[in-house]
Amino acid sequence: MTIDTSKPAATGTVISARNLVKHFPVRSRGILRRRIGEVHAVCDVSFDIGATETLGLVGESGCGKSTTARLLLNLIRPTSGEIHYAGKDLAQLSRSQMRPLRRDLQIVFQDPFASLDPRMTVFEIIAEPLRIHGLFSGGGAAKVRELMSTVGLNSEHGNRYPHEFSGGQRQRIGIARALALRPKVLVLDEPVSALDVSIQAGVINLLEDLQHELGLSYLFVSHDLSVVRHIAHRVAVMYLGRIVETATVEDLFTKASHPYTQALISAIPLPDPRKERVRQRILLTGDVPSPVSPPSGCRFRTRCPKFAEQLSGPERELCINEVPALTDRGQGHRSACHYAEAVKLV
Amino acid sequence: MTIELNARSTATDTVLEVDNLSVSFPTEDGLVKAVRGVSYTLRRGETLGIVGESGSGKSVTSLALMGLLPGSAKITGSARFRGEELLGKNDREMSKIRGKHLAMIFQDPLTSLNPVYPIGKQIAEAVLVHHDVSKRAAWERAVDLLKVVGIPFPEQRVNNYPHEMSGGMRQRVVIAIAMANNPEVMIADEPTTALDVTVQAQVLEALEAARTEIGAALVLITHDLGVIAGHADRVCVMYAGKLVESGTVDDIFYRPRMPYALGLLGSLPRVDEGRDARLTPIVGTPPSLLNLPPGCPFRPRCPLAQDICDEVEPDLVTVDAGGQHTAACHFSTQLVDTQATDVFAVTSVDVDTEEVAVADTDLVADTDLVADTDLIADTRPVADTRLAADTSEDAS
Ligand SMILES: Nc1ncnc2c1ncn2[C@@H]1O[C@H](COP(=O)(O)OP(=O)(O)OP(=O)(O)O)[C@@H](O)[C@H]1O
Ligand SMILES: Nc1ncnc2c1ncn2[C@@H]1O[C@H](COP(=O)(O)OP(=O)(O)OP(=O)(O)O)[C@@H](O)[C@H]1O
Ligand code: SF4
Ligand code: SF4
Ligand SMILES: [Mg+2]
Ligand SMILES: [Mg+2]
Repeated sequence: MTIDTSKPAATGTVISARNLVKHFPVRSRGILRRRIGEVHAVCDVSFDIGATETLGLVGESGCGKSTTARLLLNLIRPTSGEIHYAGKDLAQLSRSQMRPLRRDLQIVFQDPFASLDPRMTVFEIIAEPLRIHGLFSGGGAAKVRELMSTVGLNSEHGNRYPHEFSGGQRQRIGIARALALRPKVLVLDEPVSALDVSIQAGVINLLEDLQHELGLSYLFVSHDLSVVRHIAHRVAVMYLGRIVETATVEDLFTKASHPYTQALISAIPLPDPRKERVRQRILLTGDVPSPVSPPSGCRFRTRCPKFAEQLSGPERELCINEVPALTDRGQGHRSACHYAEAVKLV
Repeated sequence: MTIELNARSTATDTVLEVDNLSVSFPTEDGLVKAVRGVSYTLRRGETLGIVGESGSGKSVTSLALMGLLPGSAKITGSARFRGEELLGKNDREMSKIRGKHLAMIFQDPLTSLNPVYPIGKQIAEAVLVHHDVSKRAAWERAVDLLKVVGIPFPEQRVNNYPHEMSGGMRQRVVIAIAMANNPEVMIADEPTTALDVTVQAQVLEALEAARTEIGAALVLITHDLGVIAGHADRVCVMYAGKLVESGTVDDIFYRPRMPYALGLLGSLPRVDEGRDARLTPIVGTPPSLLNLPPGCPFRPRCPLAQDICDEVEPDLVTVDAGGQHTAACHFSTQLVDTQATDVFAVTSVDVDTEEVAVADTDLVADTDLVADTDLIADTRPVADTRLAADTSEDAS
């Protein structure tokens, strides 16, 4: 193997999020649609992504992953916070100021079936961003063919329609389209979640190869921790809008120190019967609280096994009253738990 | 929860026997052969996992024996519950057996729950259908069952309506309903596929608790090999409507003898392996079940294929001394002691770009470069690319 995909060739930071907050209004039913509350979808989220680096963003349904992804690309406006890219704060830019930067920042969505226009040929789908940015004339057709072969598709099939391709192939079309403008940052929102494993593997390999060839920065959003362990260099775990732990992929999976991360890792089924037979699971009880009125202090406390089973009354007071900051608590990476303790789970 | 599988199992231990079951659907485009000659036995108290790609016939196999397929389906073969033939029973006869002896759990709990009644009433009703007990006793049983499946505060929750519960809770209610009559067999079709991983763990725990409590055998259908590894005693692997391999869970995970099963394992990213391990995808897509060509259905995606694979579809034959492990491949002996990386290439190219890359040390390194077709030009050309297009139509 010529490329060592296990290490990021990280040189400085390419894009950063600083203290991102996003609240969505909740409105009453009926004609008046009064504002009756707010969904705290993303709360004080910060991270950096370097060149040729993948940051995995994981967490369960509704924890704010997709919202964070859209905020990073300035597809939706943050309630507060900054996005630093190319020396600018994207959150302050107008639409027209944003336009030239759009080329650099692209997104691939989960559903390859819904995200492609069924009436356009694959050639036109991939050519569209080039046309929009006035880059098609002068070798556009050749560019499209090259993009198709870059993502492992037969470049002679440009005149076919999306329905003529399998799920994995459609996801490759989505990737080719996102690559058309030679972006620097690619946000991948559950890009392989809809695919069968045998097909998913090829798309994962493709994403790894593309990153190395093109030096891309990835924000890889997924609820599948196995995929994230495989593809990410660093990981951020979200719970109810907040990042609760962030570390290099190796540290996160071998020294998880936040009780939520620990529960998440211990819940993943391993495709290994012998390991499964001897495994201990940390089972969570209760449901995720509503993001309209998240618990005070630590948002995880209503389901935290440590809070329920190990902490004394006075210790619990801290969890209830004080939001745990995301800082290094002696494990060599940052964890937002007042009582963080590293545990090896796999 | 390991159950010793031994040769002492006698015929009376068999609760469900599926024999040469085939299902086809007449459609405008022709006959869709969804299930082709599936046979398996389910023993008392065991968990049989069924895995396979989307569209491989996992659901149709189970729906056929539960009598839940549309009337247009053509079903042949046999499915016996404790020796009693299920196929050909009319709706009334079947609904007597369903629930009491065979219970089914679907992916979406809302298909099994009535939105306008509290869940307690629905569980109690399931109890009352097959048992002559007082309403009060049925209600108490409902509370007990909710406790077994791990619902907190069951005495209060029993009054909830389905919409007042989360997806994972609802699925546990469905499991409670399935348990209501101590069925001998439960069939769970992707019971946790739509759920978050921590909720999945809760639901699987509930399913395991239910199974142990009533001593039922379980058919667990899933595409998740991790779930199979943790919960099944034996495994059937389906591909294009057929069983292509079956054996104990250890046979399938540590000694697969059919390239498809081996390829699936090689495709899986694993949380217990570092980033440096690269994946070996199975290129291409499963064949269309309309006008399936002769020969091995895995042939267009198989790096080991030879001429005979085009002509003769391999039978499912025993590959071990004990007779527990079977595989359908002309060359299954070649898979003894091989790893996925010995057979499949680390590639990022899809089959549409002409060929299947055969693993071989040089090639594995070369295919790291994206889509450089020259580098894999030495390999075998792949069957008609229209195959891929057909199946995508089928899937949509
Ligand atoms: N446009 C919107 N208006 C109101 N609420 C929203 C909007 N978009 C998202 N939300 C809410 O914000 C929260 C976070 O949603 P988000 O889609 O970011 O989650 P996610 O982590 O991507 O979940 P999933 O894994 O299900 O995709 C959820 O409670 C969601 O209901
Ligand atoms: N009523 C029907 N009419 C025609 N074809 C059908 C019908 N029901 C199922 N099929 C076809 O039968 C094949 C097997 O379907 P089945 O639902 O058993 O797959 P599966 O293995 O359960 O897949 P999944 O993992 O997606 O649930 C598919 O090709 C499907 O399109
Ligand atoms: S801060 Fe307290 S409640 Fe929150 S994760 Fe840590 S121990 Fe649990
Ligand atoms: S029979 Fe031939 S094509 Fe089929 S799995 Fe075996 S080697 Fe591959
Ligand atoms: Mg999302
Ligand atoms: Mg199914």
